[in-house]
Amino acid sequence: MNFQTTIGLEVHVELKTNSKIYSPSPVQYGVEPNLNTNVIDWAYPGTLPTLNKGVVRDGIMAGLALHANITKHMHFDRKNYFYPDNPKAYQVTQSDTPIATDGWVEIEVNGKKKKIGIAEMHIEEDAGKNTHTGQYSYVDLNRQGTPLIEIVSKPDIASADEAVAYLEALRQRIQFTGISDVKMEEGSMRVDTNISIRPFGSDQFGTKTEMKNINSFNYVKNALEFEEKRHQQVILSGGTIAQETRRYDEATKETVSMRSKEGSEDYRYFPEPDIPPLDVSDEWINEIKGEMPEMPGERRKRYTNDLGLSDYDAMVLTQTKEMSDFFDEAVKDEADPKRVANYLMNDVNSYLNDEQVDLQDTKLTPANLAGMVKLITDGTISSKMAKKVFKGIVAGEEPAAYAKAHGLVQLSDPKELQPIIDDILANNQQSIEDFKNGKDRAVGYLVGQIMKQTRGKANPQVVNQLLMKSLNAQ
Amino acid sequence: MNFNETNITNLHNQLVNGEVSATELTKESFKQIKNTEDDVQAFLTLNEDAALKQAAALDQAGIQDDQVLAGIPFATKDMISTKGLRTTAASKILKDFKPIYNATVIEKLNQAGSINVGKTNLDEFAMGSSTENSGFKQTKNPWDLTRVPGGSSGGSAAAVAAGDVLAALGTDTGGSIRQPASFNGIVGMKPTYGRVSRWGVIAFASSFDQVGWLTKNVKDNALLMEAISGVDQHDMTSANRSVPNWAANLDQASVKGLKIAVPEEYVSDAIDEDVREVVQAALKHYESLGATIDTVSLPHTKYGVSAYYILASSEASSNLQRYDGIRYGFRADDVKNLEDVYVRTRTEGFGEEVKRRIMLGTFSLSAGFYDAYFNKAAKVRRLIVDDFNKVFEDYDVIMGATDASTAFPFGDKITDPTKMYMNDALTIPVNMAGLPAMSLPAGFSKKDGMPVGLQIIGKPFDEQTIYNAAYAFEQTTDFHKKNAKLGGQD
Repeated sequence: MNFQTTIGLEVHVELKTNSKIYSPSPVQYGVEPNLNTNVIDWAYPGTLPTLNKGVVRDGIMAGLALHANITKHMHFDRKNYFYPDNPKAYQVTQSDTPIATDGWVEIEVNGKKKKIGIAEMHIEEDAGKNTHTGQYSYVDLNRQGTPLIEIVSKPDIASADEAVAYLEALRQRIQFTGISDVKMEEGSMRVDTNISIRPFGSDQFGTKTEMKNINSFNYVKNALEFEEKRHQQVILSGGTIAQETRRYDEATKETVSMRSKEGSEDYRYFPEPDIPPLDVSDEWINEIKGEMPEMPGERRKRYTNDLGLSDYDAMVLTQTKEMSDFFDEAVKDEADPKRVANYLMNDVNSYLNDEQVDLQDTKLTPANLAGMVKLITDGTISSKMAKKVFKGIVAGEEPAAYAKAHGLVQLSDPKELQPIIDDILANNQQSIEDFKNGKDRAVGYLVGQIMKQTRGKANPQVVNQLLMKSLNAQ
Repeated sequence: MNFNETNITNLHNQLVNGEVSATELTKESFKQIKNTEDDVQAFLTLNEDAALKQAAALDQAGIQDDQVLAGIPFATKDMISTKGLRTTAASKILKDFKPIYNATVIEKLNQAGSINVGKTNLDEFAMGSSTENSGFKQTKNPWDLTRVPGGSSGGSAAAVAAGDVLAALGTDTGGSIRQPASFNGIVGMKPTYGRVSRWGVIAFASSFDQVGWLTKNVKDNALLMEAISGVDQHDMTSANRSVPNWAANLDQASVKGLKIAVPEEYVSDAIDEDVREVVQAALKHYESLGATIDTVSLPHTKYGVSAYYILASSEASSNLQRYDGIRYGFRADDVKNLEDVYVRTRTEGFGEEVKRRIMLGTFSLSAGFYDAYFNKAAKVRRLIVDDFNKVFEDYDVIMGATDASTAFPFGDKITDPTKMYMNDALTIPVNMAGLPAMSLPAGFSKKDGMPVGLQIIGKPFDEQTIYNAAYAFEQTTDFHKKNAKLGGQD
């Protein structure tokens, strides 16, 4: 039997607002537990939420970036459940009127392009964090009330590869809006998946299994591929899939059952009476459209059309906003775009990989990379020297000063080079003879001698020019 | 001195002229509380030390002419958060809870220099109509100690009627200011939903709750209401509207030509005859003052109680989930695990009526029942709003009984929840529509001699018309001059 796979993804994206969604507490990480909390976050009696308009604005921006329809009249809803990290015992979210609906992103898998639909997006608050050690459990409410956008896909995703491509596209677009860091490793992007299979042609979806909070794209791929196979094996051997939540075990690369979905929780949603319904005007939407940063597609077009980069280079440079912003900054002062692109894609990327750091966490600045590229272009340093200068600029050094201090400056002045060439020629009569007899190898030998004499500092281009002139004059 | 025989304006003049000090007024309040409290049991917590300190500071600084509320003692329903002063909602689950911040209304009154003498008793979490549901004590009606003071703001109403204070803050979710005002022969005003900030007011049913005042007379009520009204950045449901000078604008003459609608449901057979007689006489008096009176209908009134108990209980079931024994308040002893903390704390901390409403609300919101209950009740709510809107197209105010009966004896209704709920049938529709409404002393029952209130309902944010109509009645009648047996002591 042939099966068709259907995958649904719910992605939570944490917004980078200064304060929480319903309280003025700061949103900030790595601080002392419960430092960024107040009476609202603790759900003290008599406290009320005040909606952070910036969150609505960011939600609208995300909706626009994902080609979705913005909801003009919305309200908030309460989702009720008891848990120590949820002090009010309800989460204020949007159930009836999501901030945006019916969006899409385009993905490409094995050369095939496909649009993946987004059913809805809503804004809501994050919960706090529970930790358990020994006999005690601890609750940290710093994260309580951090604004989130939840993005729910339509059942358009048909494979684990498509799922990952969808997540990459989503991450890329959200990242370019600047509203979130969208980093899975830091929890600012979190993924819940569900998967079902059905025989080809069947109009009934199969039973879903869910996996929550998978924390890397690789794990998403592995987990979904494992589940897909498991579903097939169960069904082909005459079994049925149980509707349940499963967990992906990174060590064994298998999924294991966590809890059955039967008797699922009843969240008793109802409209939040403490936040009046909200009207979004066309003027506001247009204003946000006007503030929308350049999206990856627009940047790629600019890189190929205006800067002469290849499609491939443009694609690589726009993988992340950081890289793309870095590139734009580096080329704005007339550094050769092709050279800057090559350095970013090769030397910089392998440096980041080796050091396991992000671009913005290094000491490398766009100005210093641009400076080094300009030294290459104007012949001040050779590309071989540039390898050494690169070590300087990633340590935060200014390239020209670094090159000078380390003697990494090419000899390009004919007045300095000519006596050296004359000297070499005088000591290598045999090579001159060979040249005259048409043996081109002799030139290479002579250049080598000159480079040796100058300890590699001679500018090969100038040396070639002067040498040919001298040989022809013999 | 007898607080029942004076008013804020008089006391203010005496304070400014130095005829009396804030300290003397505050001491007078505590003296009267001590005289009456054994019988009335209106207070849960007294604020004597802090109140006297505040009064001394005021006397030291001197009270200026524009500080109309400075030095005036008031009491606060224990549903309203007071920083450092125990606030319990009359629930064991908040037995020793001391808030770390003030409700906005308390902040505003502090700014005005008014003196909070203590926290008054109520039905637990304001759920009830007799204050019999208090987790701590039974407040008695100062007119007749065998009768209930009404509820849920029973402690506040009794404190005013007993002459302990000139005014007390109440909250009104389904009639909790107006009904006890009616039972205690005082003025109880619930302003328009959104007029007064709910920040710091312990939530019962968020879309209904509104703070207001219980006072001995109309002008005091208007003066005090001005002080606590206005938009608040802490409460998104507070209305961004300017607050009129209700007291200064009081206009007795405006009752001439006032178009009064009397819904037949508010003077029907379902209302006790002795109450109906007083209400009809009051309406006649308005006619004699030049108002016109027509009978109208608010046809969805009969669904009000059922719809209200679904909606308010649904909101309450969610609002009261935060009392889980983890961050503050009561926590059960010897708990074994997390579920035990939740279950035992809530089982031991909440009273029967609160549990009943949590169950009712939880059920109404449950999957499979939401449409039949919560959603249908929300539709009824809109129909009730439409009923009022229609009447207000042609009329200035609506009048009728506040309650179907006078204050009833203890134990009379407490064993029969639906009987108790029906008690609020005439006050609930006002909360469903978020309208301003007052209960005004209108006379006394021929049957039992207990006070009867006239309910005056206004258009949204038109508190002025209510205050004017009430003032005209008060200034031309003597009912308000009669005091409760205990309140009359000097």
